[in-house]
Amino acid sequence: MNNSSIVGISVPRKEGQDKVTGRAQYIDDIVLPGMWYGATVRSTIPRGRIKQITFGAEVAWDDYVIVSAKDIPGKNCIALIAEDQPCLAENCINHPEEPILLLAHADRHALAKAVNAISIEYDPSPAVLTLEESERCCDIIWGSDNTFKTYVIQKGDIDSAWAKAAYIVEGEYRTGAQEQLYIENNGMIAWFDPEHGITVWGSLQCPYYVHKALMTLCQLPAERVRVVQVETGGAFGGKEDYPSMIAGHAALLAIKTRKAVKIIYDRLEDMAATSKRHPSRTRHRTAVSKDGKILGGTIDFTIDGGAYTTLSPVVLSRGAIHAGGPYYWPSVRITAKALATNAPPHGAFRGFGAPQSLFAMERHMDRIAQIIGASPIVVRQRNFLKPGQTTITEQAVREPIDLEKLLDRALELSSYQSRKESFAEENESGEIKKGIGVAAFLHGAGFTGSGERYLGSVVGVEACADGAVRVLVSSTEFGQGTKTALSQVAAETLGLGYEDVDVAPADTMEVPNSGPTVASRTVMVVGSLVCSAALGIRHALRQSGWLGDSYSPEEFRAACRNYVAAHGALRSWSRYEAPPDIFWDDEKHRGEAYAAFAWAVYIASVRVDLTTYTVSVDDFVALQEVGRVLHPVLAAGQITGGVAQGIGLSLYEKVIWQNGRMQNSQMTNYIMPTSLDVPPIRVFFEELGNVHGAFGAKGIGELPIDGPAPAIANAVADALGAPCDCVPLLAEDIFDILTTRVATADRSGSPSR
Amino acid sequence: MSNSHEISGRREFCFTVNGERKTVPAYPMERLLDVLRHQLRLTGTKEGCGEGECGSCAVLMDGILVNSCLVPLLQAQNANILTIEGLAGAGLHNLQQAFLHCGGTQCGICTPGMILAALYLLKKNPFPTIEDIREGLSGSLCRCTGYMQIFEAVEEAARRQTSDEV
Repeated sequence: MNNSSIVGISVPRKEGQDKVTGRAQYIDDIVLPGMWYGATVRSTIPRGRIKQITFGAEVAWDDYVIVSAKDIPGKNCIALIAEDQPCLAENCINHPEEPILLLAHADRHALAKAVNAISIEYDPSPAVLTLEESERCCDIIWGSDNTFKTYVIQKGDIDSAWAKAAYIVEGEYRTGAQEQLYIENNGMIAWFDPEHGITVWGSLQCPYYVHKALMTLCQLPAERVRVVQVETGGAFGGKEDYPSMIAGHAALLAIKTRKAVKIIYDRLEDMAATSKRHPSRTRHRTAVSKDGKILGGTIDFTIDGGAYTTLSPVVLSRGAIHAGGPYYWPSVRITAKALATNAPPHGAFRGFGAPQSLFAMERHMDRIAQIIGASPIVVRQRNFLKPGQTTITEQAVREPIDLEKLLDRALELSSYQSRKESFAEENESGEIKKGIGVAAFLHGAGFTGSGERYLGSVVGVEACADGAVRVLVSSTEFGQGTKTALSQVAAETLGLGYEDVDVAPADTMEVPNSGPTVASRTVMVVGSLVCSAALGIRHALRQSGWLGDSYSPEEFRAACRNYVAAHGALRSWSRYEAPPDIFWDDEKHRGEAYAAFAWAVYIASVRVDLTTYTVSVDDFVALQEVGRVLHPVLAAGQITGGVAQGIGLSLYEKVIWQNGRMQNSQMTNYIMPTSLDVPPIRVFFEELGNVHGAFGAKGIGELPIDGPAPAIANAVADALGAPCDCVPLLAEDIFDILTTRVATADRSGSPSR
Repeated sequence: MSNSHEISGRREFCFTVNGERKTVPAYPMERLLDVLRHQLRLTGTKEGCGEGECGSCAVLMDGILVNSCLVPLLQAQNANILTIEGLAGAGLHNLQQAFLHCGGTQCGICTPGMILAALYLLKKNPFPTIEDIREGLSGSLCRCTGYMQIFEAVEEAARRQTSDEV
């Protein structure tokens, strides 16, 4: 057998050549014969009823095909968790930018004029636009109490914690909506044929989510719905659930026109209409001992789900489970709620609720430190989870994680102590104030609790007639390196060369459902299944006598060729099975929440310019433990990319809402970090070894977006000597923080005012 | 999409793309981006924002880096245009190799524009500092990489290049 190791080596990205030469075909690059183009007519109000729709006389409507809710063959909903979101609004409008009508035309330039020529008259109702308005329940817009989901996680005896506390520390923390801002806008092409049913090609993360939604919408059996992912230009969670909507629209137009129909959003439409990170509010009340130990506390975690359920219950669950951070809580009660508002539904974005609750936790640790008069470092050290202790869901930490060691290394890498001292000195004068901030955190890999068991993912590996090996998964490549990493895993398992293995296109006609490409699960969960399916191929080749006990890659290829020639196709399947000793109570959210956690300490150094009120990050240290690093270049790229998005969340990316509608849905006024805005992002890995996942790899994709916002907010608070409890922190927010501080100081200094 | 291309009638435009002379019938205000993508089927040039912010549609026009979504075809008359499809010779260009090697491409949608921005930078400044690279690429947005591996790729390409290669 070939001993050269492929895992742990930065092999070339499978689809890399196509990407650097411009040959890679994304959805808008594909043109089908006789294809038409589709557009969406959307609501302009947050809530109300449609009174009348008028088609302007200036347009030759006979040249267009128009689809309304009445044209839907199946159920008018986007099937996911709940079936409350219509594919096309019929009478009721629940958010701005809600789809009402679809138009198709042979000429893509003819669509904008037609969309503008349709006027819709509404009978408006009062809208619910904030968490507080939703909680007050003056207007009920969803269910009986505007609440999509509530979770209560309870551990230990909190009452005794209050009694023993030397300090009770309270704080409220908020995070804003954030746009995923993949550079490729959403797009789909659909084609319908009465015999074969519907086929959809698109930019998407989860082919089988789209498949399920189309079966329900078009009332077609599984075998007459085909979903093909094409090269996808970034996703970050933003192409997890919304593509089902666009695929549904394209499918409806294809059914009615009997043509292939392409829908491509432009940037304005994509930003205004599709999902974003859930805005959040977290309230902490913590009982702390004299020496800074957490005795217990309550955490109220509330997220804004927008107008329909979509993925909010799942985002809420992950946010709630991460709300206690990487700390030991003897007792805690977490009350988590996802509330309805009349905004477009918020959805998946890298981190999936955890960045929100971890921001609160890590800001709160600094607040605890300040109140008890200890350093932020000491307070963290005193409370870090240790192997053998239990998390807030009472999951025992079985990994040999040493968070104190991780923190020590990060402090050293960031020259924390010397910077802290020199900043204090420099800050005594001048208009530039410098600060340094820490965030320690964890991120659970894979679906939460029993999620992986319910998914029951299936992976295939195929021996091909030409001797190559193909991995059959619905797990998609959208930049993170799925194809490369899974090929490495299969090649390493079989002792083959990297070039002997490839991953089949994510086409539901060809590949089994290996689950959605989300939740940092691909390498850990799907990778393990690839290992076992690959072993099944080797076993079959040996059983049939075509392969000996030891073999060279060439002998393996010959065995594949001979087997296929003699017996036909050879495919091996592997299905996820939960380990038998895993306990999880979905209702109480108690037990083994995740098969493994990734752990990290991030440290940011910032400067605040008191003339312009702008913050810049001067240095960023990202140290993490993610198990075995399968591909150092891809892994580092995941971390730097996640950190840059986290810097955006912290300092630049602010969604301006007016009446439930995003006002700045352009790259000109919604600002993401450019090459000039990112500091040196210095990435370091610890490898402690891990029993889970393919060759010991845990999830990595989401972890890096959890840490930057709290590290940066803590650093800005350190620089200014004022709390920064909300992100993003744009210049106007820094100005507000400083003027509020001055006003508060003035009031306390002169009671007569 | 605006209808501004209809302002005056269609006529023929001539320009050179990747060394080939092209004549296309088009409206004078049609975007160079659309003509490249739809008429010439050079789909390596991508649209990200349509307003000159993201740089995904960047091409070189007479040696100058431009966002092709902001260039009306009228301006491209007789111009010499280089798109990503014209960069590789017999093998990959230095920059393409370096982007592959260093992890400078993830989802790939910004990559063509980013590589052309890097090419333009290295033409003007064969020995850029990290600050020069940051400045030179600041018109091209990447949401995947956090830019670090793109900077490394440009540094590597600069190291590898000989003056006649750029």
